Amino acid sequence: MAYHWNWGIFFAKVPSGGTTYLGWFLQGLQWTVIISLSSWILALVIGALLGVMRTVPNRWLSGPAAAYVEIFRNIPLLVQLFIWYFVVPELLPVSIGTAIKSSPPLLQQFLAGMLCLGLFTAARVCEQVRSGIGALSKGQKNAALATGLTLPQTYRYVLLPMAFRIIIPPLTSEFLNIFKNSAVISTIGFVELSRQAQQLVDYTAQPYEAFIVVTLAYLILNVIIMAFMRWVELRARIPGFITTGK
Amino acid sequence: MYDFDWSSIPGAVPYLWTGAKTTLEITGVAIVVGIIWGALLAVMRLSANRTVAWLAAGYVNLFRSVPLVMVILWFFLIVPSLLKAIFGEGIADIRLASAFTAFALFEAAYYSEIIRAGIQSVPRGQVSAAYALGLTYSQAMRLVVLPQAFRNMIPLLLTQAIILFQDTSLVYVIGLADFFGAAYKVGDRDGRIVELLLFAGAVYFVICFGASLLVRQYQRRLAK
Repeated sequence: MAYHWNWGIFFAKVPSGGTTYLGWFLQGLQWTVIISLSSWILALVIGALLGVMRTVPNRWLSGPAAAYVEIFRNIPLLVQLFIWYFVVPELLPVSIGTAIKSSPPLLQQFLAGMLCLGLFTAARVCEQVRSGIGALSKGQKNAALATGLTLPQTYRYVLLPMAFRIIIPPLTSEFLNIFKNSAVISTIGFVELSRQAQQLVDYTAQPYEAFIVVTLAYLILNVIIMAFMRWVELRARIPGFITTGK
Repeated sequence: MYDFDWSSIPGAVPYLWTGAKTTLEITGVAIVVGIIWGALLAVMRLSANRTVAWLAAGYVNLFRSVPLVMVILWFFLIVPSLLKAIFGEGIADIRLASAFTAFALFEAAYYSEIIRAGIQSVPRGQVSAAYALGLTYSQAMRLVVLPQAFRNMIPLLLTQAIILFQDTSLVYVIGLADFFGAAYKVGDRDGRIVELLLFAGAVYFVICFGASLLVRQYQRRLAK
């Protein structure tokens, strides 16, 4: 098996001209980062909301949140993605559906991908928020209520600030997961990093170079996120509480 | 509103079942090989030999940092050329073989983390007691630590199996017709993508939700 290595391929021009294969790779990287970060924001907002709903002493709020988690956790991400991309536009009122279907493909793919990944991860964030709130001692909530805070205020000023600090480590792994899961969006034609890897293979016939560079890019993204989250954890530390690190 | 037409599903059941068998095969192989290889990796990672521990940690961290889609594509690139080198041309389904390899090796990394945590949950006194009785390291592991560790981690192993079952749908990226791939193909052929995708989603939901309820029940019984 003689493989002809050619790392210089990244500096060759693509057939359509304009950019190099390295340029393609960087575009893919850029889309992976953009879609992961926007899904992450969506996941944090909705996940926090759901997490609160699940812990509130009201069945009409905690029931739907629990159902949401079960639905989004028990259907494969790929199936959810295809449902967002192929099914939802059909089920919406015709005028909206047609508007979506006649919009640029990149926008359709991005929207479906972001909604899918964001809402999928929200279910996981919700469970983390719930366990974070559950880990706080009951006294925190009681003390907050006793000082005259309303229940929403108690969540806003006491429970959530504490819970979010506790769950930084599991949230870090969800944050890492969102980058990894974004590769699934390549299946609807969204040209992010892993799709770019396949495209590089198709165009350059240098599969090992393309895959090695893309894999390294994912590894580096991982390292950056872990470093960033460690920094967040240190910054958010409450004096007197035991946390990881120094 | 959209007009639903579910009529293409009943006729497609045999084909969907063929796909479901592929799904189950991949899940089964990945669970069995993944747990065995994962247990080995976990033991290696806890080994006193620095090089061995470091190699196992490197393996686990590498696989855990790369998207599953990339892993599947990697093995689809490597395995066929390896198989061809070993057996010559004429291997029937290279895609299935590379999917087996990718999932088994990928899941092993995740299983090894669960098993490592399980081993570490066994009190140190147990190991010391085993040594005091004159057991060797491998005997202590096999007869004392691992049986207890496995009991503690069964719920987590099962949950991981449910996640794995869902993840097998990603063999779509190498064009393998598992249950999801089969459903998509039928939908595409009949112009009934909406119905087939919803049907596939419902089937996955029923299976995974049911299984997770069972795991939770088991966990509760274990806690008693």
